[in-house]
Amino acid sequence: MAVQREATTGQMPTKPAPWNDPRIRSLFIQAVTIVVIVGFIAYIAHNTASNLARQGIAGGFDFLNYTAGFGISFSLIPYSEVSTYGNALLTGLLNTFLVAICGIVLATIVGFVVGLARLSSNFLVAKLAYAYVEMLRNIPLLLQLIFWYVVVLSALPTPRESLSFLDAFFLNNRGLTVPRPILEDGIGFLVVGVVIAIAAVVFMTRWAKRRRDATGQPFPTVLASLAVLVLVPIAAFLVSGAPLEFEIPTASRFRLDGGLNLVPEFVALLFGLSLYTGAFIAEIVRAGILSVGKGQVEAASALGLKPGQTSRLVVIPQALRVIVPPLTSQYLNLTKNSSLAVAIGYPDLVSVGGTVLNQTGQAIEVVTIWMIVYVSLSLLTSLFMNWYNRKIALVER
Amino acid sequence: MRHTSLLVAGVSLLALGVSTPVMAGPTLDAIKQRGHIECGVSPGLAGFSNPDDTGTWTGIDVDVCRAAAAAIFGDAEKVTYTPLTSQERFTALQSGEVDVLSRNTTWTLSRDTALGLEFTGVTYYDGQGFMVPTSLNVASATELDGAAVCVQPGTTTELNLADYFRANGMAFTPVIFQNDDEIRVAFTQGRCDVFTTDQSGLYSNRLALPNPDEWEVLPEIISKEPLGPAVRQGDSQWADIMRWSLYAMIEAEELGVSSQNVEEMKNSDNPSIRRLLGVEDKMGENLGVPADWAVQILTQVGNYGESFDRNLGEGSPLKIERGVNALWTDGGLQYAMPVR
Repeated sequence: MAVQREATTGQMPTKPAPWNDPRIRSLFIQAVTIVVIVGFIAYIAHNTASNLARQGIAGGFDFLNYTAGFGISFSLIPYSEVSTYGNALLTGLLNTFLVAICGIVLATIVGFVVGLARLSSNFLVAKLAYAYVEMLRNIPLLLQLIFWYVVVLSALPTPRESLSFLDAFFLNNRGLTVPRPILEDGIGFLVVGVVIAIAAVVFMTRWAKRRRDATGQPFPTVLASLAVLVLVPIAAFLVSGAPLEFEIPTASRFRLDGGLNLVPEFVALLFGLSLYTGAFIAEIVRAGILSVGKGQVEAASALGLKPGQTSRLVVIPQALRVIVPPLTSQYLNLTKNSSLAVAIGYPDLVSVGGTVLNQTGQAIEVVTIWMIVYVSLSLLTSLFMNWYNRKIALVER
Repeated sequence: MRHTSLLVAGVSLLALGVSTPVMAGPTLDAIKQRGHIECGVSPGLAGFSNPDDTGTWTGIDVDVCRAAAAAIFGDAEKVTYTPLTSQERFTALQSGEVDVLSRNTTWTLSRDTALGLEFTGVTYYDGQGFMVPTSLNVASATELDGAAVCVQPGTTTELNLADYFRANGMAFTPVIFQNDDEIRVAFTQGRCDVFTTDQSGLYSNRLALPNPDEWEVLPEIISKEPLGPAVRQGDSQWADIMRWSLYAMIEAEELGVSSQNVEEMKNSDNPSIRRLLGVEDKMGENLGVPADWAVQILTQVGNYGESFDRNLGEGSPLKIERGVNALWTDGGLQYAMPVR
């Protein structure tokens, strides 16, 4: 603006003194800040390194390649005592991922159900949901985790008295053991079948929308999609000769050999995290739905939409815009809270990392890894949720 | 306590990075200025370090710190105890949070060299064992193929366990908990078949379990676990004080000096006794503590045998036999370097 005015009035542009030029000043301040921060980090790093050297503590990340020598009870990737510390940390990281992802899904379901229940016109349902929210929000998560762990454990029988189903599924206090699927040649057909099914659903959804826009004819998209997603892969699987076998768990003296084992620590942690975070999400959902004007519902009914359609097409899309931002921070909380796993012996990243830290003494390196992982997880969750938030944001037409 | 371990580690690291830790000599100065020793102990292991119902810490690990306080201040009470989990212990010592780690910690080569620690002696010669419910009818550790085993993380026990099962071609599932009380819950609930740690620890935990008779310790000892106090590397004066406080207790037992007879023993003709008690020579001065250091240790803490008996042996609920922890003169391993 200033430049334009000067040009139009034909005066010589008077250059402000450098210390008054906002552009130079901000560059200068930023440069100073960067120098100070880099200097501070360099000072800390140098000081740490020299202190470690003086105390005779070995540093560096070489230890990641050494043999770990300790066992881990629950692992998604092949891990044994002869694996490396790096493998152990990766095992812990995947365990954190697993419980965080399952927890987020479960907490979201619990949150939406309870949040809707709190708004129910049924007195009992509303008050039960209210009691649930108030109780779980106000009891420390650590206590809840230990409670769930002890409850889960004491409810389950010993391995010698396993509850079994079809002699293939076993439930005991070492966890739930199910047959392990073993993939054989030809399983590619199944993958192809799934891809085809997904493509078909996408195509069908678009076609249905076009047809509805053109003719007003509704089409049962959800039901049809489900049918396609289930039937096409099954057909592909059968056509290729069912290339899948199962390893059935068999009982030995102390445990069940073979099969996939889901440890009780995982179940307790998943329950604890989901029910706790679910209570917070319920409040967020309730607030989101209440934020949608009453007139919107009335207008929807006036148009002749059924209550279900009103919720699905009018209320929830608008509520989501209020719900998603605080929901993101609940997801982040859940992920970070999963580190309380140490208390109930679930081998997550913090638990395994703590063992590695202690076996190797590489405290700085392990804590650095922890920090990088949790920051990355948080940023990834935020990125995804922000993307989703933009997608559902109100589009003005 | 447990969930703060991440925080503790972080704060300790910050301390490691920012502060200049005490080096060569200054630990004793810092202790004198502060007026007490900061002693890192186990959060609760009967016989080694355990707070009683009045909050007073007792145990053989505690006695080592009390002995050093008696040597320096002439007052064994001038110790502050910090309960540490197996995971927190080394960082707490490295970062200067505690002056000495007396927490039934095994002296190993890698800890002595790569962790910046210096071990100052052996308070208890232990070995790793296994405890199982009697109802399992297991007679030997070689029958444990496939068992779920409860163990503390980051311990030598955890590594020995894996080695032992691997060497014997057996499989096991580790179940990891930070604290003994968590392990005891999981063990009594049947989450694990076996509880493994140092044998003394098993006896100690067995007492804390409901119906101790329902659990038995298997005969096998699968490792050497010399337990003793450790200090930071690089301050030999402080290491010497810790080392010789323990040796004074062992030497006193060998010489027949106890808390009961220490005053009359000052008049003994035995030059070894006279040297130990500071009647002749100036051992205390060389060590940087008052001349009557050993007298203070013996009157307030007692000799090694008294401490053992009071905390672990016949005078305690644990009733552990001296075994390899007898004096070398009685066929055991406890041997103090000569105080001269």
